[in-house]
Amino acid sequence: MELRLTVNGAQVSGDVEPRTLLVHHLRTALGLTGTKVGCDTSSCGACTVLLDGRSVKSCTVLAVQADGCEVTTIEGLADGDELHPLQAAFHDHHALQCGYCTPGMIMAAVSLLRERRPLDDAAVRRGLEGNLCRCTGYRGIVEAVLAVAASEDARPGAAGAAVAR
Amino acid sequence: MTRLSETPGRVGTAVGLSVERVDARDKLAGKAEFTGDLHPPFMLYGAVLRSPYAHALIEHLDVRGAQDIDGVVAVLTGDDLSDIDPYYGHALRDRPVVAIGKVRFVGEPVAVVAAVTQAIADAALAAIEVSYEPLEVAASVDAALAPGAPLIHEGAVRPGLAHGLGTLPEREGNICYSYGFSRGDTASAFDTAAVVVEGEYRFPAVYQYSMETHTTIAHHRGDDIVVWSSCQHPFLVRQEISELFGLALDRVEVIVPYLGGGFGSKSYTKMEPLTVAMSRKAGRPVRILNRVDESMVTTRRHNMKCRMRTAAGADGELVAREVEMWLDTGAYADNGPRVTATAGDAAPGPYRWRAMDVKAHCVYTTTSPSGSYRAFGSTHVQWIGESQVDEIARRLGLDRLEVRRANLLGRGEEVRPGAKGVDADLVGDIEKVAAAIDWGAPRGPNRGVGVSIGLLAAGAHPVSMATVRLGPDGGVTVLVGTTELGQGARTVMGQIAAEVLGLESSRVRVIGTDTAYTPYDRSTGASRSTTVAGKAVEEAALDVLDALLETAADVLEVDREQLTIGGGAVAGGGRTMSYEQLVQKRFGLAGGELIGHGRVQPRGGSGGFADGPVFWEICVAGAEVEVDTETGVVTVLRTSSVADVGRAINPQLIERQDEGGALQGIGNAMFEEMRFNDDGLLLNDTLLDYRIPSFEDVPASMACTIVENGDGPGPFGAKGCGEGVLAGLPAAIVNALADAGVAMTELPLTPERVWNQIQKQRTVEPKERT
Repeated sequence: MELRLTVNGAQVSGDVEPRTLLVHHLRTALGLTGTKVGCDTSSCGACTVLLDGRSVKSCTVLAVQADGCEVTTIEGLADGDELHPLQAAFHDHHALQCGYCTPGMIMAAVSLLRERRPLDDAAVRRGLEGNLCRCTGYRGIVEAVLAVAASEDARPGAAGAAVAR
Repeated sequence: MTRLSETPGRVGTAVGLSVERVDARDKLAGKAEFTGDLHPPFMLYGAVLRSPYAHALIEHLDVRGAQDIDGVVAVLTGDDLSDIDPYYGHALRDRPVVAIGKVRFVGEPVAVVAAVTQAIADAALAAIEVSYEPLEVAASVDAALAPGAPLIHEGAVRPGLAHGLGTLPEREGNICYSYGFSRGDTASAFDTAAVVVEGEYRFPAVYQYSMETHTTIAHHRGDDIVVWSSCQHPFLVRQEISELFGLALDRVEVIVPYLGGGFGSKSYTKMEPLTVAMSRKAGRPVRILNRVDESMVTTRRHNMKCRMRTAAGADGELVAREVEMWLDTGAYADNGPRVTATAGDAAPGPYRWRAMDVKAHCVYTTTSPSGSYRAFGSTHVQWIGESQVDEIARRLGLDRLEVRRANLLGRGEEVRPGAKGVDADLVGDIEKVAAAIDWGAPRGPNRGVGVSIGLLAAGAHPVSMATVRLGPDGGVTVLVGTTELGQGARTVMGQIAAEVLGLESSRVRVIGTDTAYTPYDRSTGASRSTTVAGKAVEEAALDVLDALLETAADVLEVDREQLTIGGGAVAGGGRTMSYEQLVQKRFGLAGGELIGHGRVQPRGGSGGFADGPVFWEICVAGAEVEVDTETGVVTVLRTSSVADVGRAINPQLIERQDEGGALQGIGNAMFEEMRFNDDGLLLNDTLLDYRIPSFEDVPASMACTIVENGDGPGPFGAKGCGEGVLAGLPAAIVNALADAGVAMTELPLTPERVWNQIQKQRTVEPKERT
């Protein structure tokens, strides 16, 4: 089937077998291997990407379901050499070890930060519960997300807009 | 303690600092490559046909239907291995590359399809015809040891290439290995003891769950083999592949990209022989990437049955202990013998005894094979021994911490004959974890606290080499065979080299392992990397520094003793020259580099590597829990641990790794359990049914204290860390729950088990419990 996507801001199109999962299309056809496959049962969240701005587990989305949509993967998050604030916060809080869960975890956190305010420790834990990490004790991840939330909330106007949504 | 800046030639530029992970940016940007991200030209995709039976003869196997499918390039079966000796296993050479005539667990590979897409390979499995003649199953230790149990392996024991256990005994029925020791007169010690505590205990099978499943790409090119694999011990994999396929070591190249976690699950040889064999048949590179359910039956932690009794005097003196345990190694030994011996060594705990008798058995069953998992052996047995120490204190009306203070081994005291004495301050360590959970403070009903301490023989075999290169632009590259599996090895190795050379660690690059270029390193496990490989890196960097100073003395025309280093330059006689200038002076403007070599070996060289173990990793933790007596639900309120590391090369890496270990300890203690039914079928082989700790399982408070006594044999007095808490915390949780009124003899502490125990205690001997 013909498939048109906007991936990390670039338009891509091509033929895809209807049964192809979005994660395999991203990794194999588009070479975007930053998104990982963990479990195939939507338990681990390693494959999380943004579909029209909202996080999805790309192992449970058919590529053709994303036709016409905008997909953001971990590769599309940084602005050139400048890390996205969440990437920078994960860096500063040592919120990663092996790094296998990290791309999915960050994409889920991007979505959480857009969707929910106020965020406290419990809300971050609940919001990211669909993503697993076996190396860290999760604490660095929670700290990183809260740090970004705090700095966004401190920006004039930003917190109010998020709450209103 | 000597400050780094007071050490000649060292200025404190890197060691002791929580510098950024060298791999962080690539991992955060999605650029870090794992084995499954690689795609060599003409690579085929493998799919594995696995046995549905736990124990059966293969009557008939016909793969022609699969071979005829468009896109299938080749199909591998045991018949393809008749020209080689197709058995491997680093401890016992008991496992065929692919089933030959017989299967011994549900999930054992029976055939492999290699095809041009994964979908074709997966679909082709259905076209393979196979029929089995089921044999009697022995899916537990009890079943495998029962009179008349089916023999799972026949023929003589064949030692593997890297068991490290001396002369291996012959099998006794399904017992593939036994370990034990005895000292003193246990019989009389028990006869005269004031208190004896005894019981039978059960420890569950657990899945390591590294998030990246076992993944291997192999290319057998006729006279050489290239393997890319998610493996922790590339040099041992190279050795087994070389032996299996009859090629010289230098014709086998093992390349290790980043690992998505390991925790022991990727130690030794796993999917590599099968993938190489498939590539040999197909004549092209082949990738085999396990699903989670496939990785779960590739390796797991041993479940165990244990009988233990401990005797003490009226004053709380620990006098004697008897232990017998049976570890379920599944259908193939994997690392079972080593796990069994380590569990035996951990059974006494770090106490003075008059008499001790330990027997540990490694038992074949028709379940999936068991191997290494973080803090193996100690995790199995520490919670049992420590719960008996607590029970002794309770019966004697003594403080549990005080009993430990009185009985713990002091620095230098013998742990066991012929081994290194205690190399840590054990009383200091346990006092810290107790203080962190407010030991002795009043607490509400149904709450309890517990502490535990144990010793884990760490460091494995101390053989590591390293090379450090100082290039003509002053940049440094470290070549070391340690695998980066998330623990931060590349960061720490870079810090060590940077410190020696007086550089900031950002000037040092540490590259991944490729056995064709990286110097030999025995393995990445047993908390050995910082201590052993790190020492080799330190020596290699010192070797470079030596060459630099020699050049500088020559160029600056001053004695070496008058030279100082700092900021990437050498100063002396009123002049300063950068490393860049010195390298160019030495070789001329065209370039060149200074290359240093370092090595660690059991005897000779520097460092304390003559006696085993390399060091004792201290497994110490505290916990506070609350139990809901109506539902049996136990909540871990807070935890504490000590990372007794000698010297913290990177404190934040240590704390974060300790947190991760603590959470694995909570999983192991509270709910993780692989459940096999009587037919040997794994009932919970997905992450939906086998739950690992999530965000919601993190206790409200987790305290990690780093202890730096400079008493390790590694660089700057360092020793390893990261495993101890996994053995320490389940024991502390069990003790805390007993303190809250529920004494458990089986893990994990599921609500059902705890509730049943509460009901049992309410009806049986209520006055025995004080």
